[in-house]
Amino acid sequence: MIQLDSLTKVFDTPKGAVVAADHISMEVPPGEICILLGPSGCGKTTTLKMINRIVKPTSGKVFINGEDTTGMDTQTLRRNIGYVIQQIGLFPNMTIEENITIVPRLLGWDRTKFRERAREMMAMIALEPDAFLKRYPNELSGGQQQRIGVARALAADPPVMLMDEPFGAIDPINRAVIQDEFLKMQQALKKTIMFVSHDIDEAIKMGDRIAVFREGKLVQYSAPDDLLAAPKNSFVESFLGEDRALKRLNLVRVHEIITDEIGTVSPGDTLESALAGIDDFGYQNSILMVNDRGQPAGIISRSVARTTKGYCRDHFQAVPAVIGLDDDLRKAASLMFAHDITWLPCVDDDGKVCGQITQRAMTRHLGARFRASQGDTRHPDTAAKE
Amino acid sequence: MPIQTMKGALRALLLVAIFFAGVWSHKSGLIEEFLWYLPDVQYLMGEHLWLTAMSGGLAIAVAIPLGILLSRPSMARWAESLMQVLNVGTTIPTLAVLALSMSFLGIGTTTAVFGLFVATLLPITRNTYAGLKGVNPALMEAAAGIGMSPTQRLFKVELPNALYVIFAGMRTALTINVGTVPLAFLIGAGGLGELIFTGIDLYDPVMMLAGAIPTALLAIVVDAVIAFIAFLMVPRGVNPARA
Repeated sequence: MIQLDSLTKVFDTPKGAVVAADHISMEVPPGEICILLGPSGCGKTTTLKMINRIVKPTSGKVFINGEDTTGMDTQTLRRNIGYVIQQIGLFPNMTIEENITIVPRLLGWDRTKFRERAREMMAMIALEPDAFLKRYPNELSGGQQQRIGVARALAADPPVMLMDEPFGAIDPINRAVIQDEFLKMQQALKKTIMFVSHDIDEAIKMGDRIAVFREGKLVQYSAPDDLLAAPKNSFVESFLGEDRALKRLNLVRVHEIITDEIGTVSPGDTLESALAGIDDFGYQNSILMVNDRGQPAGIISRSVARTTKGYCRDHFQAVPAVIGLDDDLRKAASLMFAHDITWLPCVDDDGKVCGQITQRAMTRHLGARFRASQGDTRHPDTAAKE
Repeated sequence: MPIQTMKGALRALLLVAIFFAGVWSHKSGLIEEFLWYLPDVQYLMGEHLWLTAMSGGLAIAVAIPLGILLSRPSMARWAESLMQVLNVGTTIPTLAVLALSMSFLGIGTTTAVFGLFVATLLPITRNTYAGLKGVNPALMEAAAGIGMSPTQRLFKVELPNALYVIFAGMRTALTINVGTVPLAFLIGAGGLGELIFTGIDLYDPVMMLAGAIPTALLAIVVDAVIAFIAFLMVPRGVNPARA
């Protein structure tokens, strides 16, 4: 757990005092990722760096796991906090193994233990130990280097990690891969993480909570969904972007808004009964045909069912798209737009049809939160801790 | 390939020229004359190297700690002005330094070593300082954020990453040093300058060359030796020669 109590930094510049961070108070619960988000110069990085005293706080306190760090020796404090920076900062004069084991070595672990730890870390970041441990940082790609950077920060198993735009310098494709890998690691490791970003999409993807900063002040501190549904003021709203409702699509899974009830026909049914099914379930254009294993096999369109006689198995069209239960709504929306359809059959892990998701349900779900929040601006989840 | 044939032809021509130069110099007795100086050259070369080793060694021993000291954040206010003072010190010709120190320390080896020491000091200090200041700030932040003490940062991160530049400074300084030692003869400290200056005074080109050629060779050898030491000592990841 990281707790900031009225943390303040004032820089003395020739033009006068500049308040970079103004009485920041917040709390990151154990095992959660908190994203510090905001435009350049908003104080997010200063706040982060005050935690491990790269920037010396002017006033205020930092608690880690309930312990006041004010009296702690700086070196001891830092060795117990994992630190990842945007420029990666691997030591080019050391091999990958030396880089990863640097903190364990500073902490005085014995040789067999830290060497074993290096191999463990390599396995965790999915790089082959024998191929990489003896190489030097300049022989690695940017993405590989930042994986090593993360491994170095995690090597001594610190309870808390600080990450300063860790994936900012990596190309978009690799960045997405590393973000996914990191989230997977985090599920197992459950570190308490403060993470600086200026990328709203990264924040939504990575964060359990998001703290929005502006001009040295903490403006709003909420879960991503609450932040998007109920921005506290116009600054947050504009920072999140005009398409913030669409961004929420990333956060909702198909199984949260699925309708279990779905009308289907089987290949042996007649087109007449298919037409009846379409009318009974109130579908506009078509009905899904499933095979005997319950998997989607095709669709019967209303026009075919009305004008033709025969069996469904002879007159179906291909299923345009299906979606899994754990996919997010963004993918669902994308598939609907791509195929010009208003509903999607949902399938479970075995490929069996288990419900449907409609455009109506999606818009209603997103809209419900917006409407609810408009009446009550002091919604308990969205009020930032002052 | 025409260019390669031309290179081959040039190389052959050069070999022929060297051969005939050898034949001529043997015939004219030049080689014998040179060999006549061999015992002198050996003895004076010893003196020469000793002067270089003493003054260069002292300079390294002072310049590197000085460079490190100047690069510390607490010295930031003084560092540049102190570097300027050293710069001005180097613009004074070595001969003048020798002459000046002679008036305090008298004639002899001590004076020569001191003069050479002053001339060698700056390039090493400058490179040590610049090398340490040039270490990527991201590395310094990472090192600090990881929890290294200032001493650990210096020895584990700063010095290894600056070492190549520091060695470059030593190469320059010591090569210049070897080339400057002949001046030490003028204040009675010996070295190969004895053959060079005496040769000039006596209008004896062979004698002069017997001093000049070994001096040049020594400079090249010293340069190569330091380059080799640098090759071995600078960590592979930051060594352009081993990339």
